[in-house]
Amino acid sequence: MLANQIGYYSLILGLLLSVLLCGVSIKDLNSSSKQINQNVLFLSFLQLVLVIVSFLSLILSFINSDFSNETVFNNSHTTKPLFYKISGTWGNHEGSLLLWLLVLNLFIFLFLIKSREQPKKYRILTLLFQQIIIIGFFLFVLITSNPFNYLFPVPSEGLGLNPILQDPALAIHPPILYLGYVGTSIIFSASLAAVTQDYISKEWGKHIKKWVLVSWIFLSIGIMLGSIWAYYELGWGGFWFWDPVENVSLMPWLTLTALLHCITVLERRAVLTSWVVILSITTFTLSMCGTFLVRSGILNSVHTFANDPARGIFILIFLFVLIALSLGIFFLFHKENNKNLNNFFWLSRETSILINNWFMMYFLSVVLIGTVYPIFLDVISSEKISVGPPFYQKLIVPFLIPFLFFMSLGPRLKWIKSKIENKNSLIITFIISIMLTFFIIKNLTTDLLFYTVLVSAAFFLFFTTLKELLVGKFNNDSQAVAHFGFSLLVLSILFNSILSSEIITNIKVGEKYSYNKSEIFFKKIEEKKESNFNSIIAHFEIKNENGKIVELKPEIRVYNQPIIITSEADIKTTLLEDKFLVMNLVKGNEYFNIRYQVKPFMIWIWISVLLLSLGGLMSLFKKKI
Amino acid sequence: MKNKFRLFVIIVFLSFCFSIFYKGLDNSNIYAPKIKDKKNIPIFEAKDFNSSAYLSSEKIFKEDIFYIVNIWASWCVPCRKEHHLLMELSKNQSIKLIGLNYKDNIKNAKKFINELGNPYSQILIDNDGTLGIEFGAYGVPETFLIDKNKKIINKFVGPINHDILKKIKLIIK
Repeated sequence: MLANQIGYYSLILGLLLSVLLCGVSIKDLNSSSKQINQNVLFLSFLQLVLVIVSFLSLILSFINSDFSNETVFNNSHTTKPLFYKISGTWGNHEGSLLLWLLVLNLFIFLFLIKSREQPKKYRILTLLFQQIIIIGFFLFVLITSNPFNYLFPVPSEGLGLNPILQDPALAIHPPILYLGYVGTSIIFSASLAAVTQDYISKEWGKHIKKWVLVSWIFLSIGIMLGSIWAYYELGWGGFWFWDPVENVSLMPWLTLTALLHCITVLERRAVLTSWVVILSITTFTLSMCGTFLVRSGILNSVHTFANDPARGIFILIFLFVLIALSLGIFFLFHKENNKNLNNFFWLSRETSILINNWFMMYFLSVVLIGTVYPIFLDVISSEKISVGPPFYQKLIVPFLIPFLFFMSLGPRLKWIKSKIENKNSLIITFIISIMLTFFIIKNLTTDLLFYTVLVSAAFFLFFTTLKELLVGKFNNDSQAVAHFGFSLLVLSILFNSILSSEIITNIKVGEKYSYNKSEIFFKKIEEKKESNFNSIIAHFEIKNENGKIVELKPEIRVYNQPIIITSEADIKTTLLEDKFLVMNLVKGNEYFNIRYQVKPFMIWIWISVLLLSLGGLMSLFKKKI
Repeated sequence: MKNKFRLFVIIVFLSFCFSIFYKGLDNSNIYAPKIKDKKNIPIFEAKDFNSSAYLSSEKIFKEDIFYIVNIWASWCVPCRKEHHLLMELSKNQSIKLIGLNYKDNIKNAKKFINELGNPYSQILIDNDGTLGIEFGAYGVPETFLIDKNKKIINKFVGPINHDILKKIKLIIK
């Protein structure tokens, strides 16, 4: 009750502070002193504290199961374990927007204390642009999605948290993803401020690179956690479904990756300034656009119903106001520095980064079109379609071949002008890759030529980056680690999709199912009771061709609030492969439907994303040369 | 000059996107899939909500009038929102509403009905969701309109709104 009030009024105070902060900083903009007025820092800190208080009080309401709060009533239940009561705070629309607001405030405050060497006007303008976003979100939360709505009479019990959201990976996935996703706001504000001050320079590049890296690392790990959740919890045996909600987190990642590469050029040569600014704007716009698509309920998903069109309209208008503002500033203030533009030599590091950018833009357009095309078609012709994985695979996979090839060569080139060194060793590596690939996959797939070329390109990148890592000649470890991680990612995904196998059958207790010298034996079932669900656990023994036995125990859970039946897959992970078993009830008899999958190199997909992020982390903490 | 032209193109493109998205919001997710062949209602047996007796589909749809089959559950938030419209519809004499209580706890369901009123002439229990599947349901809530020949002539995915209510009233006139 009390927490509710505190939370609500902190938000209102926070909004008022925003207005005050804008006033104070505009005044400070014209003052003659060299440093920012201490009051600005203090107010920004106070605003952050208020939002934290508001967020904590929502968490407190969840912990206490205070059902006089509408958000708690809709998303929690007294029998939920404490951990999921807490994670329920951001597992819903209102709470997650509060988290947005928190991250927005956190980043601008950190920016203010970490940018003391930067010009004063630039810092203040960054603060102002960020405050525009913050005010927008304050209004959005308070007007359309207040997390502190009061319910009377107070219900005695809540409606419960959707059980598929009760998973450890998903509990920490939103905060991590948001740090990346919303973190891009600071890049947006800073680049707009830099454009108005004509400050897009080498120094600015060095300074903003840290922020780009931080967002990029969190975004990468956040996407990975979401994918891990989909793999373990949804029980479809895949890790990426090209679902619109997944796509909207991938799109900013693509532009952010392109931006990261552009900035490495900017900090050395002060070129590609238009690219940097446009990518900074696009990245945040895509984050906002993603929020719009997911939160407004405009996307066709049969099981989520938008309950408030006002929300969609608010974000839509706000999104286009931000786009208009940033485009206006870009066209008014930005001057492309033509001085350096003409000395782009065709064989140089810069050119290879430009090529990388165009590839990223291509991948982005594929994902963007696949995601929003159904909406456009629906509005124009009232036809309902959904775009599935084949669309993305057909358009993206073939282009991976040249992309991987350029990625192997690009980092070996020098800045400004270069020639390819060690041609012989490259050619040898390439031949080894082709031969290795051919021997591995010649019996595995029907489309031999295509896969040989594709996998060879991936192996080529793998070996060249591995060599760089071992020799350490280029003295750019972070890049080598990240690129090595990427090659590993592509290789694991490719082998995973080529080598996966699946058995689907109906089976009852005591029965054996044999195939290819392997055997699935359904030993017994047992029942178990937990506070928030009852479960049936089945024991299976799986004997492979070498006679080795693995035991797998998939579960069927019946959650009590709300009543939902979920299938929990049991997964045995080893370095080489995952064994994945999931079962479902068959109506009306004692048979269970089981799906048994062997998925090679699954764990390497997660490891390679971690390597990729480690590369970013190393770059973040690298000592300045 | 070149810049101005670019700006112009971008503005036109963005306005186009804006209007599409804006209209898209209106469209919402409540949609009525086109039904090509009018399907007969499935033949089934189901437990009655109040008496716990088993009833056959023939008995349930025996009268020569229009029927609505509405899939609902007490845990379903959109169901709460559409409920007053169902109450309004139930006042109409030329139609009867059959409720399909989907994967629900009987106690909660009774509370829901006591709290918001009962628009249904009969409520059937669909504990495991199979009855919903027989009708071809996508999710909860969902509403099926059945004509006098016992054929499903319309279905509405998601909570019904005033427009759908008007449409139904027009058909059953």
